[in-house]
Amino acid sequence: MTQMQFEAPTSIDDAVRCLAAAGESAKILAGGTDLLVQLRSGRVSPETIVDIKQIPELREVREENGGFRIGAAVAGAELSENSAVKSAWPGVVEGLDLIGSTQIQGRASLGGNLCNASPAADSVPAMIAAGAICSVVGPDGRRDVNVEDIATGPGQTALSSGEFVASILLPARPPHSGDAYLRFIPRTEMDIAVVGAGVSLTLDDDGTCVAARVALGAVAPTALLVEAAGAALVGTRVDDAALANLAAAASAACNPIDDKRGTIEYRTKVAGVLARRAAETALERARAN
Amino acid sequence: MAKHHVSASVNGDPVEFLCDTQDTLLDVLRNNLQLTGSKEGCSTGDCGACSVTVDGRLMCSCLVLGIEADGRDIGTIEGVAEGDDLHPLQKHFLEEAALQCGICTPGFIVAAKALLEHNPDPTETEMRYWLAGNLCRCTGYDKIITAVTNAAAELREK
Amino acid sequence: MGNEEQQFKTVKKSAATSGYKVVGTRPVRPDGIEKVTGRANFGADLSLPGMLTGRIVRSPHAHARIISIKTDQAMALPGVKAVVTSADFPEIGPKQRGAGEAPISFRDLSRNVMAREKALYDGHAVAAVAATTAAIADQAAALIEVEYEVLPHVLDAREAMKPDAPVLHDDIFTKGVDPKPETPSNVTQRFQFGLGDTDAGFAEAEVVVEHDFTTQCVHQGYIEPHACVVDTTEDGMATVWASSQGQFMVRNYSATLCGMDISKVRVLPAEIGGGFGGKTTVYIEPVAIMLSKKSGKPVKLVMGREDVFRATGPTSGGHAYAKIGAKKDGTIVAAELTMEYEAGAFAGSPVQFGCMTGYAPYDIPNVKAVGYDVVVNRPKVAAYRAPGAPVAAFAVESALDDLAIKLNMDPIALREKNAAKEGTQAAYGPKFQRIGFVETLEAAKDHPHYSAPLGPNQGRGVASGFWFNIGGESSAAIHVNEDGTVEVVTANPDIGGSRASMAIMAAEVLGIGVDRVKPLIADTASSAYSALTGGSRVTFAVGKAVCEAADEVVDILRARAAKVWDVDLETVEWKDGAAINTKSDEGETLTLAQIANSAGKTGGPISGAANINAAGAGPGFGTHICDVEIDPETGRTSVIRYTAIQDVGTAIHPSYVEGQLQGGAAQGIGWALNEEYIYDDKGRLQNGGFLDYRVPVASDLPMIDTVLVEVPNPGHRFGVRGVGEVPIIPPLAAVANAVAAAAGTRVNDLPISPPRLLAAIDGAK
Repeated sequence: MTQMQFEAPTSIDDAVRCLAAAGESAKILAGGTDLLVQLRSGRVSPETIVDIKQIPELREVREENGGFRIGAAVAGAELSENSAVKSAWPGVVEGLDLIGSTQIQGRASLGGNLCNASPAADSVPAMIAAGAICSVVGPDGRRDVNVEDIATGPGQTALSSGEFVASILLPARPPHSGDAYLRFIPRTEMDIAVVGAGVSLTLDDDGTCVAARVALGAVAPTALLVEAAGAALVGTRVDDAALANLAAAASAACNPIDDKRGTIEYRTKVAGVLARRAAETALERARAN
Repeated sequence: MAKHHVSASVNGDPVEFLCDTQDTLLDVLRNNLQLTGSKEGCSTGDCGACSVTVDGRLMCSCLVLGIEADGRDIGTIEGVAEGDDLHPLQKHFLEEAALQCGICTPGFIVAAKALLEHNPDPTETEMRYWLAGNLCRCTGYDKIITAVTNAAAELREK
Repeated sequence: MGNEEQQFKTVKKSAATSGYKVVGTRPVRPDGIEKVTGRANFGADLSLPGMLTGRIVRSPHAHARIISIKTDQAMALPGVKAVVTSADFPEIGPKQRGAGEAPISFRDLSRNVMAREKALYDGHAVAAVAATTAAIADQAAALIEVEYEVLPHVLDAREAMKPDAPVLHDDIFTKGVDPKPETPSNVTQRFQFGLGDTDAGFAEAEVVVEHDFTTQCVHQGYIEPHACVVDTTEDGMATVWASSQGQFMVRNYSATLCGMDISKVRVLPAEIGGGFGGKTTVYIEPVAIMLSKKSGKPVKLVMGREDVFRATGPTSGGHAYAKIGAKKDGTIVAAELTMEYEAGAFAGSPVQFGCMTGYAPYDIPNVKAVGYDVVVNRPKVAAYRAPGAPVAAFAVESALDDLAIKLNMDPIALREKNAAKEGTQAAYGPKFQRIGFVETLEAAKDHPHYSAPLGPNQGRGVASGFWFNIGGESSAAIHVNEDGTVEVVTANPDIGGSRASMAIMAAEVLGIGVDRVKPLIADTASSAYSALTGGSRVTFAVGKAVCEAADEVVDILRARAAKVWDVDLETVEWKDGAAINTKSDEGETLTLAQIANSAGKTGGPISGAANINAAGAGPGFGTHICDVEIDPETGRTSVIRYTAIQDVGTAIHPSYVEGQLQGGAAQGIGWALNEEYIYDDKGRLQNGGFLDYRVPVASDLPMIDTVLVEVPNPGHRFGVRGVGEVPIIPPLAAVANAVAAAAGTRVNDLPISPPRLLAAIDGAK
């Protein structure tokens, strides 16, 4: 039986070389909270594991043009301790923060959560709502990809062989804007999202909404950017009527499955409820900004 | 068939071991280092019975590879007491009868210790959410919360 | 939920125990230090030199004929030392039955441990391997080729009762029906209990409620997976290190399944990481014995979490129909209960206990309880804390709640009006002696929880429950050390703090401090037989044996003192840990330590023993109050306040008694709200892990208030009643009744998960 190899490159270039040498049968290790479970169950059997946590860019959080560039392997617990990111993008931090337990938080990362491409990933709807952009590196160099374009289906990404997400850029937060992420789970913790809703909105000086992005998780093969739901808020004061339209648009966009975590009917219904509640929180935060 | 040679520190003591790539830190602690205080309840990171700290950060050792321990400081239940002196958490778990079968207790004590180092005066809600990753099937969590509350109070007085 | 609620807990020594020195106090448990430092050794913590790792191969089909099993590729893999299938186990005839609490079929047990002709559930063991490393064992397991003929499967009890249902066993002819059926079916037995004439009773009723309920299969959910290490020697001896609820049970069952004399198996009890009834049988020990015999090496076999869910426990899901008739003043005149329980792949659901316990808290002149035990393609059920009772109580206590609403009567008042008391004839047979049900109702009524105000979307539910509790065969030995300290040796695994209670009782009888008493749990070669830990019997029955052994020691100590003083035995009294010469003017005394120190001079080492079959167990009753808050837009339920009230007889160590109430309540809450087995259309388990099998986590629950009502059991010198099982019985209906009050609509199907509740709320609009 062939021994599973382990590499821990210390630079992007080294990592790209490693992955190219290892070929299709390599798996990237960030926090390992998905990979180790899949390894144990036999769902994946890579020949090589490439640990990217020794690469400085992957582990740093830096300000960039008023926004933040977050290394793809920064752990949720670390990001929660970064008060600057937390106060600028509380919804994104909330989303990452909700993944699993405190123990999981010690390891789970934005990059891992995104690239594992579970439709129910908690950090993704808020990243989409924030307009986050991934910096993807690979044998052909570096390129930017919108977060919503990374996952293409359950467990599938748009990354080519040998590519990985090095960091994620959260743009500068405009004034009078706020974001929020809510998820529905049957218990209070520890469950995979049955529905997730991320909302980011911006108001003008008079309190009218000028921009809004609404994203839903766990209601389609990938997290969804629901343009109609965002549009329902733009030009309004985000009153009850606008929120009701947002909720309806959110439910209408759902294309979920029946599985052990929720039914189609239930997810569709609750998506509307959550989208509305997330928008209400985002609105509060926007008004306080 | 070359294994990985790993040097780490466990509870302040230097250790060395050999492991395969897919061996978890939990496997290594229990099988290579004979530190069986960390327990395997699920091996999927859902029960917390394997809780340890790595460079001070609370994690499930079943979700860390043994090789990732290289150069790191690992904290396990075996290192919580200082010689013969029990940590206030251990003392209060006993006094408040916060354990029945005891299988989850090492994980809870490691997790609660990490909590009190992070936040020395947590509310009941903060405690419950911090400890949500530690499952207990015997106690209903009530006496565990009481024990952590009392240990926190004692530690704050020190 | 704030800490201010804790003021209502019993923290003082109670009136029931105020006359005792040690009983009723809260010393630190004797095995505590090992458990908080990680030193305590559980089933998977032992390693032996040269040990192999065992792995079990399991059926991926819910129902299939096993055509062939090819093991040569696995055997040929370097590092593989043994492969085992059912061919390695002796065939056991249908008549061989076990002794003990309830008859078990060793033929069924053997087939459950290792499938023979058929695989009967997803996860059914079909083969096993042992290899030098875990990785090789996993590889070898994958190389075992099993040829299956997949058969149609059935998962639901009522479906399995239909004439066209797939039949699991061709030798099951329903017992308890007349005429006896001529074709095999999935209904193994029909039970009936009752008294009076329910038809006549219902004719007199002025108000009638009837409901149909369903519950799902749930697992005990112990955090420690089953684990054992077995070593065998060439003389045919097997030494088994295992965590279980009974080392003698493990010995008996393993020896029988492996075709060995009982004396050839020695079982050493590891600490046990939770059992709740689920570890009162064997799954892996006989397999490990065979692997060790075949390989000539020690074998460690530990179940993975998914296999624990797939192939052990669980308890029955099923259907229940309850009908209750009453007069307008609340007097219940007739009650019916009909239930179908899933037994899993082999006969033996606890439906008869459900029938016996459902209406037991009430004095009803006409009762009819009928139960069907039905096999389905699920893992064979095992005991889970008051087996059979929670589902029956869910039906009965929900129906009572509905009756109270229809009568416009307070739910506690309704129960008080019909409460069983001393002298009441229980529908399942005996007349109750002194019991404490009414006291629990009064305590509930008087508790501040019951009158606390409720906010929007909040509701309160009340429910009660009953469990028999048992006595049984128990042994204890007490050895006096030369320095006057004492060893108390019993042979029952400590699953909830019973060591502390044994030490307390021994200390009380001997009159010495509890710190002078060291309790030990012996293996099967070092102790006389003791029935397993279960049935809420250890503190009661093993405690009785401890007390009687202590009595014997006291008599010996008195005799030794009498010898020293050269007086008659009757002259010597024993008080506060010392012998007193009642005829001496100076009040001559000899302490236990003094007598122990010179034991050699007065006759030799001092020991006492008791081997009993304890009778006189007192039944237990509980009443729980639950407040919930629901989210009407998502159907989510939060338990915001919970109080568990129970008649516990005498609380030997109150903290551990409180712990039983809290733990049982938490399990019941999980059962009511989120726990269930989910299978796909091929009969494969979908949620065999703690991610999707949703037990309550710390943030799901409030502080759980407890009230220990102490109505001493006349059958035990300290008044002990079993307490461990009652607490899981009331919560299912307490939660369901609270949700009904909060939501304005009743959900009769458990778990009341958010989609179910939301559908009910929307449906009721």
